[in-house]
Amino acid sequence: MSLVELRNVSKIYHLGGEEIRALDNVSLDIESGEFISIIGPSGSGKSTLMHILGCLDSPTSGTIKLDGTMIQGASPRELARIRNRKIGFVFQFFNLLPKLNVLQNVELPMVYSGVSARERHERAVAALKMVDLENRSKHRPSQLSGGQQQRVAIARALVNSPKIIFADEPTGNLDTNTGEAILQLFCKLSREGSTVILVTHDPEIAAVTPRRIEIRDGKIAEKVDARLAGLDRVARTF
Amino acid sequence: MNLWNAIVIGFKEIWAHKFRSVLTMLGIILGVSSLVAMSAMVKGIEIGAKEALVAIGGLQKIRIEAQKVPIYQRYLTDQAVGVTLNDVYALQSSAPLAALVSPEMRLYGATVSANGKTYRPWVCTGVWPVAIEMYEHVVEHGRMFNEIDDEMARSVCVIGTEVRDEIFGSPQQVGHEIIPLGETININGQSLTIIGMFQHYENEQDRKQRELALQQAEPNKTGPARSRGWGTTSQNWAFKLKNASVLIPLNTIWIKFRAGGTAGPGGWGATVAAADPRLSVLEVKVAEVEHLNAALQQIRNVLMSTHKGIEDFYFRTQEEWAENIDTFVRNARMSGSIIAGISLLVGGIGIMNIMLASISGRIREIGIRKAVGAGTGAVFIQILVESVVIAVVGGLAGLAGSYALVRSMSSFSPTGNDPVITVTAMAIAFGFSVCIGILAGLIPAFKAARLDPIVALRYE
Repeated sequence: MSLVELRNVSKIYHLGGEEIRALDNVSLDIESGEFISIIGPSGSGKSTLMHILGCLDSPTSGTIKLDGTMIQGASPRELARIRNRKIGFVFQFFNLLPKLNVLQNVELPMVYSGVSARERHERAVAALKMVDLENRSKHRPSQLSGGQQQRVAIARALVNSPKIIFADEPTGNLDTNTGEAILQLFCKLSREGSTVILVTHDPEIAAVTPRRIEIRDGKIAEKVDARLAGLDRVARTF
Repeated sequence: MNLWNAIVIGFKEIWAHKFRSVLTMLGIILGVSSLVAMSAMVKGIEIGAKEALVAIGGLQKIRIEAQKVPIYQRYLTDQAVGVTLNDVYALQSSAPLAALVSPEMRLYGATVSANGKTYRPWVCTGVWPVAIEMYEHVVEHGRMFNEIDDEMARSVCVIGTEVRDEIFGSPQQVGHEIIPLGETININGQSLTIIGMFQHYENEQDRKQRELALQQAEPNKTGPARSRGWGTTSQNWAFKLKNASVLIPLNTIWIKFRAGGTAGPGGWGATVAAADPRLSVLEVKVAEVEHLNAALQQIRNVLMSTHKGIEDFYFRTQEEWAENIDTFVRNARMSGSIIAGISLLVGGIGIMNIMLASISGRIREIGIRKAVGAGTGAVFIQILVESVVIAVVGGLAGLAGSYALVRSMSSFSPTGNDPVITVTAMAIAFGFSVCIGILAGLIPAFKAARLDPIVALRYE
């Protein structure tokens, strides 16, 4: 059984009487442990796809099965619960809470899953160790560099041991070297068994993943199973 | 997310914006403290007014006064006898609901002179010894005159402390209390011996002030000795009246002064030359205030028979006074509550306004919290708790502020009745502020909870 099963999923927006098909009859399977990139120009529907896969949004029609649970038609509360337990997000703009310190930011998802304060602390420290930032736990996000902030965001995404990690243009706001380091971090996570989905418009970044899903005008235009190419790239990097 | 986390986040949010939070709370603080202070002031006035009502004999007292014969009986005017001792005997024998009957003949315009000084008491009246119960007098020094003194028409009198103060000097002036028992005073040329003196009557507020004044140094009063007028004393007139009175046996005042009847043509203060055997006032006290109406009816029946059906008397009770106190208190409390309630409401609107501004500044934060798994309920509760925390902290500060407000009010105007802060008022004000906090938080919390996470995350 696949981790994620999308069947005939469509998302239709109505803007001033005009019907916009952001996703048009998309079907897609994602297996556990896969490292995937979703690529496409802006406006292609890749963000909509990520939102639907990430349980931030519900499709207009079609079915989604995530980890054996049907999630279309779920209430906002159930969606929040699924996001909390099964999904980790990494955003282009890091999206850390400026008023909280690094440790508190990483603890945030656990606050909503009812983890005790002691366990929250332990797990947050462990997650920060994975991204090599355990000595920055009392800093505010504004005191960190962009790359460090993105690593904090990754720690936050990991802390509830999610089934899938979504990264929406994770390197978009970073310089090339830092971006490269962040990508390596995702590769490492993938090797350690996490399911990682990179959303990007940059084919070069997408090239690090074994499987690439290209989306154009709301349709999956191309499914490139470029395992070899990707493996080449990974081999070159490490 | 449990409630405790929400409360901690609420406090952190307040702490992060200290100045803004204090400004927001100010509405609640002022509302709560003005509500409590208003209620304390009204309570103080109520207590003061009721003290005075009790001091003059309470609700049970009925005063029977003479009045002109009504127009439809005008032709019977020469048969009208007025209120006399006959009525007293009739009431004693035929009106069991009248527990005490006290006849009174007043000497209008009496002038007391002794010790080289003169003084005009507020009340100089001939009474039976029963008057001591009627007016709730307490003889502190000496004794009240008794039936024998009355029967023999002895030249004795019992005075209030004010009379002593004016003739012999007050404790404040001479430094020790003068007890003028056995001294002879002249009233309108007749010598009377003081055989008793009442205690000093005053309300709680005056007693506290007097004791405070004893502890403190005498304020700097320069220039010739003089009466400094009434303005500075807060003495309640009911107490003043009792202090400034001279009581003389009824027979004495009739035989020596030929006093009695109502005030002469000159009104109060004019000396009445003509002898008048009628009573000035007849005071009746009923045993139980619940039977006031029945007692009134009984007394009226008896008096109608002794007066041969001529209605030359009327009744005066303290009901209206008591009702006036209640009405005043109710009105003052209501208008005060409305004003304070409006200010609390304005405080609540302030909270709502700030919470709305706060969530529009935190749309992204809400989006992030939702993305990592905060449900609708968690966000709703967080915003609601923040609003309630502001209201609760403001409410507590308001309760503390009400103490300061009440203290400063009573120090600014010490002549008024001492405000009394009641626990009920504090509980109501605090509860109201918490309700306001909840109401003010509902709309912002609802707005925040309904935010679409995708839109919120993209919000710049």
